[in-house]
Amino acid sequence: MNRQRVIFFGKNIIRALLLVVCVSMITFALMKASPVDPLQANVGQAALGSMSQEQKEKLQAYWGVDTPPVEQYLSWAKDFIRGDMGVSLLYRQPVASVIAVKLANSLFLMALAWVISGILGFALGVISGMNRGKPADHVIRGYCLVISSTPVFWLALLLLMIFGVWLHIFPIGLSVPIGVEASGVTLADRLYHAFLPALTLSITGVSNIALHTREKMIDIMESDYMLFARMRGEKGWRLFRYYGFRNVLFPAVTLQFASISEIFGGSVLVEQVFSYPGLGQAAVSAGLGSDMPLLMAVTIVSALFVFGGNLTANLLYGVIDPRVRQGGKAK
Amino acid sequence: MDEKRVKCGAGSEDRMDSPAVNKLSGEKEPVLKIEHMSISFTQYDRGMRQVSLPVIRDLDVEVHAGEMVAVVGSSGSGKSLLAHGVMGVLPYNAAMDGRITYCGEELTRERIEKLRGREIVLVPQSIAFLNPLMKIGPQICKGDKRASAREKLRSIFKRYELDERVGNLYPFELSGGMNRRVLISTALMEEPKLVIADEPTPGLDLAVAKRAMAHFRELADMGAGVLVITHDLELALEVADRIAVFYAGATVEEAPVQDFQDEDSLRHPYTKALWRAMPQHGFHYIEGAQPYVKDLPAGCSFAPRCPQCGPECAREIAYRAVRGGKVRCVRGK
Repeated sequence: MNRQRVIFFGKNIIRALLLVVCVSMITFALMKASPVDPLQANVGQAALGSMSQEQKEKLQAYWGVDTPPVEQYLSWAKDFIRGDMGVSLLYRQPVASVIAVKLANSLFLMALAWVISGILGFALGVISGMNRGKPADHVIRGYCLVISSTPVFWLALLLLMIFGVWLHIFPIGLSVPIGVEASGVTLADRLYHAFLPALTLSITGVSNIALHTREKMIDIMESDYMLFARMRGEKGWRLFRYYGFRNVLFPAVTLQFASISEIFGGSVLVEQVFSYPGLGQAAVSAGLGSDMPLLMAVTIVSALFVFGGNLTANLLYGVIDPRVRQGGKAK
Repeated sequence: MDEKRVKCGAGSEDRMDSPAVNKLSGEKEPVLKIEHMSISFTQYDRGMRQVSLPVIRDLDVEVHAGEMVAVVGSSGSGKSLLAHGVMGVLPYNAAMDGRITYCGEELTRERIEKLRGREIVLVPQSIAFLNPLMKIGPQICKGDKRASAREKLRSIFKRYELDERVGNLYPFELSGGMNRRVLISTALMEEPKLVIADEPTPGLDLAVAKRAMAHFRELADMGAGVLVITHDLELALEVADRIAVFYAGATVEEAPVQDFQDEDSLRHPYTKALWRAMPQHGFHYIEGAQPYVKDLPAGCSFAPRCPQCGPECAREIAYRAVRGGKVRCVRGK
């Protein structure tokens, strides 16, 4: 049993390392292939024109325009392995500290959205699946289909317009109030500012989770063990509590952890709309501004996050499903 | 038939009084009486054309208290639907017609929803019908944690010689021999008056299959009415009191089990063919196969395979009483 566990973790660590290597290479290659000229993007055409050749060369050296790509990648990788993620070219701060701040903001937002969409999506999916073909099912499914065909940035703009601009209930952007010292920011302020972006992410996250849970629930309702449970006089809440819950929880948990990637993806757009200074926004500005060290770090952190989510789902299989938990013991 | 009524809905004590008396006698109201049951499925044929698929066309059977009746038919002929129909759990695209009477009163949808799992129980055919993620003990008790339920579970386990540890296992951990006993245990948590066993011996070796059947016989001897749905005529003959033979969606004969001792005392040519197909009677087989429900012949559905078929068999055949049994054949005597 213990040896199995060591092998399991060993395998996953190797997988994670391979993932980081691949993601970093692809990010680097894509960045190099992008038409964005770092000098033009960051200094501007007009300013560039008025500069002397010497100044331009200095800037080119700063943005690493002249260094051959392979050499550039290898020197980045060497530092990265030693734990040095470099200095962000845009923020002029160590990448690690930039990421730390952005990640904290994003995590707050994403965790909120993740929990809300997970619980709400699961509940709606179960209700819909158990009442297949009835009005509740039609309403929930209709909602989910409309929402899942709505672009997330458009929904973000809509909510921003209604609640931020017209009704003035929520702020139109940022993660903290303007003109307040960092020490004066309360948790309530943060929640207040995270509400709209989190709501946007939740609304879109719900539909996916609910639709998948609904499918699973329908499968379960049609299963032999549900049929037998009904023949034993079980119905309604008891039917769900004793026969449906665990069975639907199993795929739902997988889905929930796999959905981390979607929340991550959605947060890039939502943070942009709400000018919310999180990881997503950092990724966008790093990409458009050719901030190679920052972009590399952001993508690697995101990849590890998604990887961690999937790994957690794998581990939770064992906790929820006795067939997996005891599979090793039986042999 | 209506002189005396079995007191259904009362306590268990009146079930225990000498079941041998009311067995076969017909002097009491049957526990379950099914008349002209038909079950059909609505399906979409090519394109959007709706077709109705009559899987069961005309099924008649009755079960008395203390009696074990076997509905025998070949595999895949839709016998299980009979059980689902009685239990009121047919899928949404199925329509049922006919009359089901339980203890003298019609078994309506509301009534079965109240009675199932209490007075009327079904024993499923495999452990696929158990929740894979719930331990056996709580599952048999339906989550009831009271001491009385636990006590009852202990006595049931003892009765079927199941170790108490079995209660803490998950369905996938059961051994093949335990499966049957665990499944039948689910029936005994309540005080059933009617037990329906759906295909209780699939793929079991003879010894285990016989033991499983014997468990159902015990339930009948305790006073419950037992309806066994099976493809295994030979096993059914060993334990049942009466046999109803199911062919192409209809019951073609109902006969006391003694009539199977001799071919001549049987009434329907299909039953006779089944009899001759048994190993001890020569292993004879007849040509052809059961017709698919979509292309049934007019009149007698056995006509194409029947050696005695005549022109009168093309008409609608009535199900009539003959010598203490029933037959759906113009020549049955």
